[in-house]
Amino acid sequence: MSGAVLLRAEGVGKRFGGFTALADVNIELRAGERLGLIGPNGSGKSTFVNCISGDFAAHDGKVTLGGQLLDGLKPHRRARLGLARTFQLPQPFASLTVLENVRVPLLFAGEAAHASARAFECLEQVELAAKADKLPKELTQVEQRRLELARAIALRPQLLIADEAMAGLSHAEVDQIIALLLRMNAAGTAVIMIEHIMRAVTEFSERLVVFVAGRKIADGEPREVLAMPEVEGAYLGKQ
Amino acid sequence: MSATALPAPAVAGERRHLSYWLGATAVAVALAVALRLLGNEYGWYAGYFVLQYVVLAAAWNILGGYAGYVNFGAAGFMAAGSYTAIVLYESMGLGVIPGILGGAVVAGLLGLGTGYLTLRLRGVYFSIATLCLAVVLQTLIVNWDYVGGSRGAYIIRPMTVPGFASYGEYIFIVMLVLAVLAVGIGRTVEMSRLGTGLQAIRDNERAAEAVGVPTLRLKLIACTLSGALMGVAGAPLPFYAGYINPEGAFNLAYAVNSIAMPLIGGAGTWLGPVIGAVLLATLQQAATVTISSALNLWIVGWMLVIFVALFPRGIIGWFRNR
Repeated sequence: MSGAVLLRAEGVGKRFGGFTALADVNIELRAGERLGLIGPNGSGKSTFVNCISGDFAAHDGKVTLGGQLLDGLKPHRRARLGLARTFQLPQPFASLTVLENVRVPLLFAGEAAHASARAFECLEQVELAAKADKLPKELTQVEQRRLELARAIALRPQLLIADEAMAGLSHAEVDQIIALLLRMNAAGTAVIMIEHIMRAVTEFSERLVVFVAGRKIADGEPREVLAMPEVEGAYLGKQ
Repeated sequence: MSATALPAPAVAGERRHLSYWLGATAVAVALAVALRLLGNEYGWYAGYFVLQYVVLAAAWNILGGYAGYVNFGAAGFMAAGSYTAIVLYESMGLGVIPGILGGAVVAGLLGLGTGYLTLRLRGVYFSIATLCLAVVLQTLIVNWDYVGGSRGAYIIRPMTVPGFASYGEYIFIVMLVLAVLAVGIGRTVEMSRLGTGLQAIRDNERAAEAVGVPTLRLKLIACTLSGALMGVAGAPLPFYAGYINPEGAFNLAYAVNSIAMPLIGGAGTWLGPVIGAVLLATLQQAATVTISSALNLWIVGWMLVIFVALFPRGIIGWFRNR
């Protein structure tokens, strides 16, 4: 499944005033790879994601996607390069219909000429086509998550960052989202999954990275990583 | 029918525009003919007053309605148009049409510059910055002798214009054409890629950036276009009144009305500002004639309170939710 290096983060650091949120983080992700990123609250996972997506400017280090340096690029430029993300809380465009929500990335970063037809295809892929003309507020929680994934699919991403895409969902709904992410991955999209639901992370990920206090403390095959004493101590709470 | 067999619903932005231009032209011609048949000079002046607000409200709606960036400085942009017309008249003796074109350029550039300085601000901070812009401009004009300073400036209007019964009729027709154009531009924006991007920005700017929307560029385009159309609304004002001074050009009523009219009609829709402007400006004109012009802002205030409390999405929103 894994190919050439797609994402390379080298020595990434981020500070908020005197607080160091990230320090010297090095991560490589190969094309088509499925990476789980875990860590306790405040460990720097979302900060790292925001540095990759361009929401935050890293103070140290550099990030490349497909060999292209991302530093200094606005989030919309990164999206056009094939970097898609979802948010911890679904963030739909509330006044636009479900179909129009998916047309937005197509109009600005994809296929503007056939935006409506392509948006409908994306909705079919996440099984939301029947609700194309509804407003986001009429969707359930899991449907709003699927809408976010449809917007991501519309970008034809090389890399999807799913930031707690399963928070607040039931067991069955988590399975739905995992299945969707696996389908996207099978189509060639590399995925970074940030998640607190360990079942989802272990089922989905080929590789696991663990952050604690803004530093990467482990990187490897999921079961091996979860068995490491430092991971158990820092993340799972065992002595 | 299975979900996968559903057709993609029609999308507003893909509709053709011909129906609007034909319909708007027909309404405009009917209005001009009706007022000519009425044969009362006051009709032209009252009509101009209402149409000026149609242009102003449509202009404000492009940035405030679609993108959600509330501009409190409408009077500043409008005055930029008015005083550009004064400068062109004083320096070269140019009339209202060149004044409108010049006003559009100057106010558009003002919008672009304001955008660069303020569009990284959000919410109330952006609004305060635009309010400050109007204050700064007013101070400049008050201290600029060439345009009359605080005394104001006069324009000697032609007694007649070929093809028109009076100058009042001419200036009304000019503003009628501008209103059709301004509303048409607003409608085109709404149905275009730009409009979709602005609506995404209004709903969630961070998510819009994340899916590829160049938010700053779109806001700058909207700010420039909105500013230019506000300048267009203001440029004929000295020719309409024959005189302009800073107190009148920067009147609070312009800032308040430019916000109140789209909100009452339905902000973020091309028709809402038209409905709001016609309703509020007609009421104000009626109050001016029958009671006192001092009642104008009192009426606007009450209308705003009523609509915000009972119909927060304006008249258009109320009809859509029924």
